[in-house]
Amino acid sequence: MDRDTAEHSSERLPERTGGTDDPVVDPVVELVEVVAVLGAFPALAGATLRVEPGEIVLLRGPNGAGKTTVLRVCAGLLPVVRGEGRVLGLDLTSDRDTIRTRVGLLGHANGLYTDLTVSENVRFWGATVGATAEEVVAALDRLALTGRLADVPVRRLSAGQRRRTALACLVARRAELWLLDEPHAGLDASGRDELDATLRQAAASGATVMVASHELERTGALATRVVDVVAGQVRG
Amino acid sequence: MSTWRIALLVAGKDLRVERRSRVVTNQVVPFAAVTMVMFAFALDADAVLQRVAPGLVWLATLFSLLVLVQRSYAIETDDGALDALRVAGVDPAALFWGKALALAVQLAVLEVILIGTAVVLYGAEVRAEGLVLLVTTLVTATCSLAVVGTLYGGLAAGFRGRETLLPLLVLPVVAPVLIGATRAVEAALGTVPGAVVSEGWPWVGLLAVFAVAFGVGGTLAFGPLIDE
Repeated sequence: MDRDTAEHSSERLPERTGGTDDPVVDPVVELVEVVAVLGAFPALAGATLRVEPGEIVLLRGPNGAGKTTVLRVCAGLLPVVRGEGRVLGLDLTSDRDTIRTRVGLLGHANGLYTDLTVSENVRFWGATVGATAEEVVAALDRLALTGRLADVPVRRLSAGQRRRTALACLVARRAELWLLDEPHAGLDASGRDELDATLRQAAASGATVMVASHELERTGALATRVVDVVAGQVRG
Repeated sequence: MSTWRIALLVAGKDLRVERRSRVVTNQVVPFAAVTMVMFAFALDADAVLQRVAPGLVWLATLFSLLVLVQRSYAIETDDGALDALRVAGVDPAALFWGKALALAVQLAVLEVILIGTAVVLYGAEVRAEGLVLLVTTLVTATCSLAVVGTLYGGLAAGFRGRETLLPLLVLPVVAPVLIGATRAVEAALGTVPGAVVSEGWPWVGLLAVFAVAFGVGGTLAFGPLIDE
């Protein structure tokens, strides 16, 4: 055990029993002194964070502080080189592939096929995890993408409607943790209002959301908790 | 979901996008037909055209392949869908085979049209005794081109200037397909004096080996290629 690990041994994650009769609800995200690198650059220099189910957590910090890196680590895209982390009860070192299938990361792009309709996009993304037709309809309902709107090609939608479609795809994919990177970027005023309403509804339905944003006033009003990210350090 | 179910899902999605956008119908097929006409203008003499018809068909197919591959990845990168698929943990092997399958279907349609164009424009003849060889050649060459195009398209998709990079990557690699498919179709159509159908089968074998090698390579390498 190296010196740093020994120093933080009191913060090591407890072993999970995985039992269904465990009365204690597991956190959705649990990071302890996580270090992650991008190339040779330490993008995350010790992140300790705990996110409980149903929370909307705003990651706040200047450009380059590591907000996006926190999201990418939680999505299983960046390996943890030191420290310990669990997402949805899965180990961030050994279960990254499984984690990827259970979280939804939405960046500036929506990941949609613009020649396909709203419902075809949601159906496609749902089908990648074996979602049923009922689940796809439920996802469309939840994001109010019903009626004629469901049959409109994505290229004809407004930016806000596209973002809603992308979120419906996350719902259809059964994403248990939503990781949103600057979700308001590129949206006009009505698109931003639409997105806020969607996130409020998601939170009311029990979704866990982590948002990296510079829109502090707007996102702060939605968040149940604000976590500062400074120079790759996170405490929350 | 199994790899093959996801592959069929991706192929179905790509073909549905094509049906909506009609890029193959409205752009690639006319491009290939114009290429065939330009060859006819350049070579002029009927006897020469008839002799080289198989090679011209495959050259037009290769040029069209580049357009098809660019299009196949443009729909994935326009709004970050390829990244989203990768982030969502979709099996890269399934993605590879799905895109290759959709590409193969589009190539097969194109090749049939080009063979028909060669018959009409160049006076090439489809002989009954060479029909099995012709169909087998089309199938194996199509598979080869589809897997190579998908593999290198995925590689180029992550680079700036991918439009110019793709031909540089793909054309040298598919040279054996051009040679093998041309020789096999020459034997099938009998465009070379004295050629017999049986001379085409070793070339089909080469095409099959090529398709298997790049199919296996693509299955293994596609994930790391599209990953960061």
